[in-house]
Amino acid sequence: MIITQQKDINEIYEMVKPYSKILIAGCDGCCQPPRSINEAKVLGQLLELKAKTEGKDLIWKAITVLRQCDDRIAATTVRPFVDEYEAVVSLACGLGVVMMNRVFPQILTYPAQDSRYGGAENAGENYFVEYCETCGDCLLGETGGVCPMAGCAKNLSNGPCGGSVEGLCEVGGYVYECAWVKIWERLKKFDRLDLFTKYRPPRNYMLWSSPRFIEINKPFTNEEETKEEAK
Amino acid sequence: MAKRPAFSNLMKAIREGKFVITGELEPEKDFDINHVLHSAEEMKKTGKIIAANVTDGPQGDAYTCSMVPSYLVQEKVGLEAVWQMTVRDRNRIALFGDVVGGAILGLKNILTLTGDHSALGDNKRARPVYDLDSTQFIELASKIIDEGTDLEGKEIRGGPIEMNIGCAANPNSRPREPEILKVGRKVEVGVDFIQTQTSFDIEDAKEFLKELVKYNVPVLLGLFPLKNYGIAWYFNEYIPGVSVPKDLLGALKKVKKEYKEDKKKRNEVIDKINIDFFLPFIREIKKTTKAAGIHCMAVHYERLFGPLLKDF
Repeated sequence: MIITQQKDINEIYEMVKPYSKILIAGCDGCCQPPRSINEAKVLGQLLELKAKTEGKDLIWKAITVLRQCDDRIAATTVRPFVDEYEAVVSLACGLGVVMMNRVFPQILTYPAQDSRYGGAENAGENYFVEYCETCGDCLLGETGGVCPMAGCAKNLSNGPCGGSVEGLCEVGGYVYECAWVKIWERLKKFDRLDLFTKYRPPRNYMLWSSPRFIEINKPFTNEEETKEEAK
Repeated sequence: MAKRPAFSNLMKAIREGKFVITGELEPEKDFDINHVLHSAEEMKKTGKIIAANVTDGPQGDAYTCSMVPSYLVQEKVGLEAVWQMTVRDRNRIALFGDVVGGAILGLKNILTLTGDHSALGDNKRARPVYDLDSTQFIELASKIIDEGTDLEGKEIRGGPIEMNIGCAANPNSRPREPEILKVGRKVEVGVDFIQTQTSFDIEDAKEFLKELVKYNVPVLLGLFPLKNYGIAWYFNEYIPGVSVPKDLLGALKKVKKEYKEDKKKRNEVIDKINIDFFLPFIREIKKTTKAAGIHCMAVHYERLFGPLLKDF
């Protein structure tokens, strides 16, 4: 899931201030917490109130899209409304906002959210956790299923560092677990400390550098490997 | 890996079997680094300090770099530097450039560190780098020194580059096994010496040193004489995993209260407290362990070196 946080209402209002008719588009995709039709309506009401305090009338309509990051779905859902409005406010993650701007280049779509990270949810826990940082070169097979890229504040491939105390990380004030102590625990349990002591060489950050794209339906090979094959 | 030759005075002394002592210098947010040079001079005068570490943005703070002060300490004071380099602020390109640049300046020891996270420092919103981790930095430094290339195997013109590589180890880490295994991994990649984080617990330090013996790499145990109660308190509160013994902390607190006005007397009593604590500590380490020496991190507390180290 893409974990998002709604921007401050004043910041959103500043973006839509020049307009008098806006379309507010929720997203029913993987955005968490949910940013659907109800959230879109609430945002509309807040913006309308905010405008009133400044003596302005803001006309708005709330809709929701199955997935704003899919151009066909975004196009078919939003097209019937888009021409009636001066701007769109999207409650999707950054992917949705960019896609809406691409699908409807005639109108500006503004973000109501800050996209934070790809996160997971544990039942009964009150937060979303980043378990994977989409680094493009998965180490989980060597680390007992604990990701040191997402879990370690220093992205260490060969941890732990000196900031780990009693299995907790110095960053954030000893609240978060040290990923490398967890990795050690997991590998020890399965008698695979050989994987722990193994030296992992410098990573290939070409795989983790923007912009990234993968051809659909084709296995991904990075540029270097492709050149290598060509030889 | 095969032993790298001893290029630095520090490494030569260790290989000769001397019980070596290194000091520590800390450039802060300084354009004027005379205090660093002054401390280095005081250390040199004792005749006991073979080299001094020069810190690289400790606690994640934005401080004056470690390379230029390292150079000046060697050039102006004639004390060898152990140049601390963290991977927090430089990617592999910058690390390569700095190591080769430092070699041109005549620096002979690099201490490879991960570095305290920038989130703990005074520019918290910085983007931390961590392109390499400290172990991978050891690989880079080894390539530069042993093979004369960068990480990709591209050759450096001129050379050879003659430096020795150190790494850190933390006796305070709990659980200890992952720390020991990590040090082993670093040794495998290519370190010449180890300097540890500070320890206040003699039995624990001995245990830690014993566990490192199998790696057959010289270890300098870190000690931190406490110049005043404030430093002791800060250490206790903020340095990961370090706890200053309650008696020591209490004694320093008492001195602070008792001799509020009389600075001279206060310093005398504090020095005595430190000597009473650390002198038997060092003696015991020297006598009962295979430690190659002591890394004495008494920043701006050079007056203690004379009386503390006279027997070593």
